[in-house]
Amino acid sequence: MKNLKIVVLAKQVPDTRQVGKDAMTPEGTVNRAALPAIFNPEDLNALEMALSLKDRVGGATVHVLTMGPQRAADIIRDAMFRGADGGYLLSGREFAGSDTLATSYALSCALKKIGPDVIIAGRQAIDGDTAQVGPQVAEKLGLPQVTYAEQIVEIKEASLVIKRRLSGGVETVECPVPAVVTVNASAPECRPRNAKRVMKFKGALADSEVAAAPQSEAAQRIAGRPYLRIVEFPASAVDPDPQQLGLEGSPTKVKKIENVVFQAKEARRLTASDEEINSLMVELIASHTLG
Amino acid sequence: MPFFVMNNIFVYIEIEGGKVADVSLELLTKGRELASTLGVGLDAVVLGEGLAGIEKELAKYGADTVWVADDKTFAPFRTLPHTAVLCGLIEQEKPQIVLFGATCIGRDFAPRVSSALHSGLTADCTQLVIGDHKDARSGREYTDLLYQIRPAFGGNIIATIVNPDHRPQMATVREGVMRKEYAAEPGKGEVRAIDWQKFVRDSDLVVKILDREIEERKIDIKGAGIIVAGGYGMGSKENFRLVHELAEVLGGEVGASRAAVDAGFTGHERQVGQTGVTVRPKLYIACGISGQIQHTAGMDQSSMVISINSDPEAPICKIADYAITGDVCDIIPKMIKYYKQNSK
Repeated sequence: MKNLKIVVLAKQVPDTRQVGKDAMTPEGTVNRAALPAIFNPEDLNALEMALSLKDRVGGATVHVLTMGPQRAADIIRDAMFRGADGGYLLSGREFAGSDTLATSYALSCALKKIGPDVIIAGRQAIDGDTAQVGPQVAEKLGLPQVTYAEQIVEIKEASLVIKRRLSGGVETVECPVPAVVTVNASAPECRPRNAKRVMKFKGALADSEVAAAPQSEAAQRIAGRPYLRIVEFPASAVDPDPQQLGLEGSPTKVKKIENVVFQAKEARRLTASDEEINSLMVELIASHTLG
Repeated sequence: MPFFVMNNIFVYIEIEGGKVADVSLELLTKGRELASTLGVGLDAVVLGEGLAGIEKELAKYGADTVWVADDKTFAPFRTLPHTAVLCGLIEQEKPQIVLFGATCIGRDFAPRVSSALHSGLTADCTQLVIGDHKDARSGREYTDLLYQIRPAFGGNIIATIVNPDHRPQMATVREGVMRKEYAAEPGKGEVRAIDWQKFVRDSDLVVKILDREIEERKIDIKGAGIIVAGGYGMGSKENFRLVHELAEVLGGEVGASRAAVDAGFTGHERQVGQTGVTVRPKLYIACGISGQIQHTAGMDQSSMVISINSDPEAPICKIADYAITGDVCDIIPKMIKYYKQNSK
């Protein structure tokens, strides 16, 4: 495969694994500000698969495509520090309120502009856990898909041999490119940031970041260094059908949100003393809970 | 006339090792209940090979019609032919609701079906209920929609999703979340062959399966009456052996929190919680598990919960019937000792 163009779909997500005491507001809603915004974990596995594919074929490039607000450019910079050649930020208020279908539609419009040979995404994002966007993008582009990928076993002339991790075992498939691949958390972890690349790419800016302060030193630096430009697509740049974007383009509607509250129930408190553990076991046996 | 209101409910039937997967029978049970509420029929859709007679079991769970595509094209599962047939059949029959298991298979191709049909899909629902809806913006009222209820945002919120303007309304449900029960009155189980050749194109056959090493599921914590689960608080893989010892003595299975699995204390197949399995044993002993909502969402239906934790304020204590405060490495051996002493 020559000049393989690889695009990684990635998402900046609130770190829902770090939900602590301050994660809920006194009113009982999710306090997004208390959660750090991170590179979605399985998208990092996807980035690694893309970078290792690039390492194995000459002339390949890896770009990250993300949809999100301006600050989502952070994960594109992070990907560049780890080895990506650059990225695209799909950003605009038209995309607000998108469900998975509207998201996949927007991404597929951008992908038609980019024209990749291989699209690699994380299996799912930790803020939604739906695992829908990868397959939905594949369908919108009319491409075959390989989900739960763990390893690209072999690169052939016009196809990839990929090992998939299923719930009870593994399956090896051969899939022609172009194709969409979604990557499992069991795939190799992403390589760390490279110090030289951090120095080289730390000044990378998305177009709207440059436009916000065109006279700044950072913006001036980009003028002579095109590799520092993170290409930004507003909705108008990807020729979408506006009716399929954002809230309007989302068939699913959120009817109601409830915060999870533990039901107060008094636990019987026990200490680790021999007497108390003994009487607990006696009680459980007597009630036929045990034995 | 509002579209599709009188149309049937589809349940996609998954075949696992030559048998109908449990999750599909659970969905038929739920589908039967929803169909009765709506006064419509329940259709099972089966794609696979060697399916003769399969309608008998599906009828027991309430299937009125069993749509069958029986050909080697469909086994083992491949995304594109299954997507093509399901999309074709949905366009032909126009069901109002389609349910899939949230399995490796359902989560692979249900999104493609939703994308092709431009219809919403809600992943990993924990409840499905029929109800009415009024759109806050347009003021339009809808009757008898499918409420698709699921945890979101890492399990910190429970969202009710509706799909007012598009059909079918589609949802996936994880295995073990719904109850599996024979229908009070069995369905007719009438077999109808799917004319699948008209839906599958050559381009749907481009992905080739070269090799499969599928193991039969050996570890089944879902069906266990007693589960002893360990969390990150077990401290190490060595200490985690205590969890196995207690489970063995009590005749239970070993479960784990995501943190314990991530730390490498045990395998993912034992993970209980939102991204693992949902269990409802008669006794759940949580050892060194703090009780994040992601975990408790998968075990809070247990009949009895005992927590062992060094932190008396750990959230798990709030849902526990018995909260033992102390060191797991001290308490588990004592439980083993006193169980053995008293059970003789």
